[in-house]
Amino acid sequence: MTLAVVPENPRLPVSADPRDRGGPMQPMLLVEDLKKHFPIKGSLFSPSRAVVKAVDGVSFEVAKGETLGIVGESGCGKSTTARLLMHLIQPDAGTIVFDGDPVGVVRGIPVDELQRNMQMVFQDSYASLNPRLPIADSIAFGPKSHGLPKSEARERARDLLGMVGLNPRLFAERYPHELSGGQRQRVNIARALAMHPRLVILDESVSALDKSVEAQVLNLLVSLKDRLSLTYLFISHDLNVVQYVSDRVMVMYLGRVAEIGPVERLYEAPQHPYTRALLSSRPSMDPRRRVSVPPLSGDPPNPVNPPSGCRFRTRCPLAEAVCAEIEPPLAALPAFPAHKVACHAVAAASGHSGTAVPV
Amino acid sequence: MAVPHPRPDPAADAGPAAAAATAPFVSVRDLTVRFVSRDADVKVINGVSFDVLKGEVLCLLGESGSGKSVTMRTLIRLLPPTARLGGTVTIDGIDVLGLPRNDLKRLRGSLAAMIFQEPMTALDPVFTIGQQIGEALVEQKGMSWADARARALQLLELVQIPSARRRLDNYPHELSGGLRQRAMIALALSLSPKLLLADEPTTALDATVQIQVLLLLRELQKELGMATVFVTHDLGVAAEIADRIGVMYAGRLVELGAVAEIMDAPRHPYTEGLMRSTVHAGMRGKVLDAIPGAPPDLADLPPGCAFAPRCRSVREHCLAVEPAAETVGPGRIVRCLRHGDDPAYAASAPLAIG
Ligand SMILES: Nc1ncnc2c1ncn2[C@@H]1O[C@H](COP(=O)(O)OP(=O)(O)OP(=O)(O)O)[C@@H](O)[C@H]1O
Ligand SMILES: Nc1ncnc2c1ncn2[C@@H]1O[C@H](COP(=O)(O)OP(=O)(O)O)[C@@H](O)[C@H]1O
Ligand code: SF4
Ligand code: SF4
Ligand SMILES: [Mg+2]
Ligand SMILES: [Mg+2]
Repeated sequence: MTLAVVPENPRLPVSADPRDRGGPMQPMLLVEDLKKHFPIKGSLFSPSRAVVKAVDGVSFEVAKGETLGIVGESGCGKSTTARLLMHLIQPDAGTIVFDGDPVGVVRGIPVDELQRNMQMVFQDSYASLNPRLPIADSIAFGPKSHGLPKSEARERARDLLGMVGLNPRLFAERYPHELSGGQRQRVNIARALAMHPRLVILDESVSALDKSVEAQVLNLLVSLKDRLSLTYLFISHDLNVVQYVSDRVMVMYLGRVAEIGPVERLYEAPQHPYTRALLSSRPSMDPRRRVSVPPLSGDPPNPVNPPSGCRFRTRCPLAEAVCAEIEPPLAALPAFPAHKVACHAVAAASGHSGTAVPV
Repeated sequence: MAVPHPRPDPAADAGPAAAAATAPFVSVRDLTVRFVSRDADVKVINGVSFDVLKGEVLCLLGESGSGKSVTMRTLIRLLPPTARLGGTVTIDGIDVLGLPRNDLKRLRGSLAAMIFQEPMTALDPVFTIGQQIGEALVEQKGMSWADARARALQLLELVQIPSARRRLDNYPHELSGGLRQRAMIALALSLSPKLLLADEPTTALDATVQIQVLLLLRELQKELGMATVFVTHDLGVAAEIADRIGVMYAGRLVELGAVAEIMDAPRHPYTEGLMRSTVHAGMRGKVLDAIPGAPPDLADLPPGCAFAPRCRSVREHCLAVEPAAETVGPGRIVRCLRHGDDPAYAASAPLAIG
């Protein structure tokens, strides 16, 4: 199960990547003001068509070779963001720039080329595999449909199985139902890598795995990233796992970015009241120091009708009048430009009395 | 987890004297469960024994397929007809496995109640919350509808549902995830059960909601003095709610003890591995110490110790002999040859794994 026994594969790119276009300083991904509003059916009594503001003005960048973690509660727009980046759904607004090339515009990078460079691994290890195909065929499917000869595609599939720690002699001809959840997730990772992507989006990819297996798959992801010079977007609701894998972390709340910054900084000195609550909602792991009071009450509100001004104000212990009127912009902290927060209590001259002391 | 001087649990310290004074409310002995169909006979529970005291929370911890839910469901015989049960289960003096089918309904309502990960397992989508709790009270406790509604309101307040009166007339789908979970808990508590069975009730909830529901359950359990069996795969959740932890692996209870003792000093190699590989703060940049391999196929268990193919301490002896449950301290049980007094383990050759 360890990677050490897997032979090096000369066919896969290692470091200096010939596909690099923008140079090392050019972010792999630049996302500007991304929006997706889903119309929902009006009922007999309220025929006015409401919308779910699933992603509502999200901007961020991912540097080459880094792992950006995305956290936030269910429904905050993490998966929608991922699907927008993959162009599995069309954005309503916003721009996406991949290694310097705008996506889907004239003289930009075409969507099908983007989709080859960017691959996604989902939570449900079953859903993305064809139950009637041996797993090696599932892995070879992508390269084959992009014109790689059948025998070469099969060869690549077997190499990849070895790379994710599954002996191809034992596993290549197995069907998905003949594998454990952890093994299926390894196959999904192999399948994503078969297209030689540069950016891999991992959407809750280890969330359904048992702890002992989750650790194996995390080790695998970290080592693959080094070997193949990958860039990761790592989406998870598990704050400990995100802390482990990420270089930077983005916290989302109801379709917006609440806070983004380097991982150590965000976990040691969280500034947004939501980030603080989220971090202190983690179980203590120590039966002698149990959590005694829940940091927040209630559930996240409905994204159909988000609160005015700051979306967190209905649950925020620091909310003041200004929070209901003005939506706080995501702004860099003067002392830590890499750390951005969307909260009036942190921003200078925002009209908020400023109870959150920046650390 | 890094507390230098473990304080032993006072109840465990008092030893057999305390145990005699409080006879266990639930007692499970040598439980076996097989699922038998035309083309398969799978032994999923292979000799599980434990007690639960009044007012105590026992967490069953283990990976998926280890038998946590089946063990718990056996306590109220909530299993499909293909299940074949062996051993004994006693709840409040009642021999559960010997109970005629007709008496199961009483067992499930007022003696024991169960809550689930997915609240819609317990809630009916076509009736309001008030109707569902009311009906349970009218049918099983013989209350009038007016009294039942008043009691339902009290129950919703007990589980801290805001605007409880209004929520009585809501259908389950009109509630958010956290409120639905609370409504299910209210329904489970409606018949004042003495035993609460909880199967991963907070697993599907968001972080900020999970801790709310967990603390609510902890409060209610103490207040109402229910014996509780709480199934989870999450060490952190167990640390928040358990008095004792039972670690399951491949249909067996491999370690049992007070929560702090197990977390301070796990004794079974599987428990050790689970703690080492659970990601927590301060592990950044380090390769995780994962347990190699995957849990065994229950239809094809190896002879000897089921954990042997993944175990760091495995010796030749482990492949031949199935470890028995050994008491290694007050209230502390471990199923591992390394801890038994079998000299053959010490004498046999260590094996390499991975
Ligand atoms: N096709 C759709 N039609 C209507 N609403 C949608 C659609 N897809 C997503 N949504 C809504 O958009 C919001 C964000 O969804 P998304 O799945 O991106 O959240 P998430 O943060 O990834 O949640 P989870 O962790 O539960 O997967 C949710 O309120 C969701 O119900
Ligand atoms: N109705 C059933 N028929 C056959 N096998 C079952 C049935 N229910 C559970 N099992 C098997 O019993 C084992 C233990 O299941 P379960 O107790 O649900 O595990 P968990 O620890 O995840 O709750 C698993 O191998 C599972 O596949
Ligand atoms: S802007 Fe106001 S309501 Fe929003 S997080 Fe900051 S203090 Fe709270
Ligand atoms: S009995 Fe042997 S193989 Fe099993 S857990 Fe103990 S040391 Fe490991
Ligand atoms: Mg999602
Ligand atoms: Mg289960």
